[in-house]
Amino acid sequence: MADDIRALSAQLAQDPQSLVFLRLGEALRRKGQLEAALRVAMNGLERHPHLADAHDLYARILTDKHNYERAFDEWDMAVRIAPHHTGALKGLAFLYFKVGDIEQAEAHLAAAKRVAPDDPSIDQAIAMMRKGVGPPSPTPSPAPEPATTAASSTAAVSSSGFDEARVFAGLEGANEGLLLVDGAGRVLGGALRDASGADVTDSVAAYLAGVSQEAARTAKLLGLGAWNGLSAEGQHGNVHLAHPTPEALLLVVRERGMPLGRLAILAQRATIMAQRWLERQ
Amino acid sequence: MSKALDMITRVRGVRGAMLVSAEDGLVVAEQLMEGIKGGAVAALAASLAGRLRRAMDAAGTGTSVFWHLQAEQGALLVVPGGEAAGSLLVVAVTEPDVNIGLVRLELLRVAETAV
Repeated sequence: MADDIRALSAQLAQDPQSLVFLRLGEALRRKGQLEAALRVAMNGLERHPHLADAHDLYARILTDKHNYERAFDEWDMAVRIAPHHTGALKGLAFLYFKVGDIEQAEAHLAAAKRVAPDDPSIDQAIAMMRKGVGPPSPTPSPAPEPATTAASSTAAVSSSGFDEARVFAGLEGANEGLLLVDGAGRVLGGALRDASGADVTDSVAAYLAGVSQEAARTAKLLGLGAWNGLSAEGQHGNVHLAHPTPEALLLVVRERGMPLGRLAILAQRATIMAQRWLERQ
Repeated sequence: MSKALDMITRVRGVRGAMLVSAEDGLVVAEQLMEGIKGGAVAALAASLAGRLRRAMDAAGTGTSVFWHLQAEQGALLVVPGGEAAGSLLVVAVTEPDVNIGLVRLELLRVAETAV
């Protein structure tokens, strides 16, 4: 493997425009050298931004790094470029399964199956998902995966579709920075920590009900109609408040570096996940 | 101050701009289109700003430097002027399809220069 990597690196150095970066990135990923793999994939993407395989490689590395939100974007992009890209379809199925959207996971595996009916890994993934085990990550890394893998999500999904701790599974920073509360300020899912690492979930939840009531009153009395979001930039972080249902509130908190527009997109995704979870309750 | 608010109301889609006392929700200066009740905007913006400040303090994100309430038929955008400015809020009421980024820049500029 090390020799392969050396040889592929040499080839890429000789011809930086070549597609050998795909094999090099994958070899590094399989060896667990994720930072190096990421650099190779990003450099390749800069040179070949419309190459679906490059987005697929990048997504696999991001998945190994547990950056599922960006991995989703990359696989989504790969499918937009090449709608029959089986690797990306399987990747999306994997991520949909991770967030408990079995229907979408099955639909993506079925689409992959239509493209490659003889690919045994697709049948295997479909069979595993039907057993409630979940499809494997498209090409698994040898490195053992900690808590947030398909295997660990299985227990949560198989019992009741979702459990509270996994309302936002698959979203970037799901365990610290996303909070779902009911209209009375009671926590439904997610958690918040301040800069010192202290758990501030309950105190923030208590304040949110008041913010929401005031936002609704303000929009109504000013003739602006129903409010649908409140974004704020703070000195040390940015927040976005939305209401997935009339009775629930969703707060997304991120560091100052994340622009409000991107935060709103993240909040939109989290809102959809929260809506699905709330509908199942 | 009215001239400073001009910078905000010149942006297409802005229906009004105001300077509001954050502590008591009273109007300090205003430039509003007909039909917008300045007193109500000031009181509601100050009240919401107070609640939001407490929530953001609890979340550890620090004092807000800009916030934006999005609604079906418009938006309310606010830049708190800070303690040095005697806790004034620079407020804009807009149409729903306004260029938020541009209004934000003008609000921040007014907060820096006029407040």
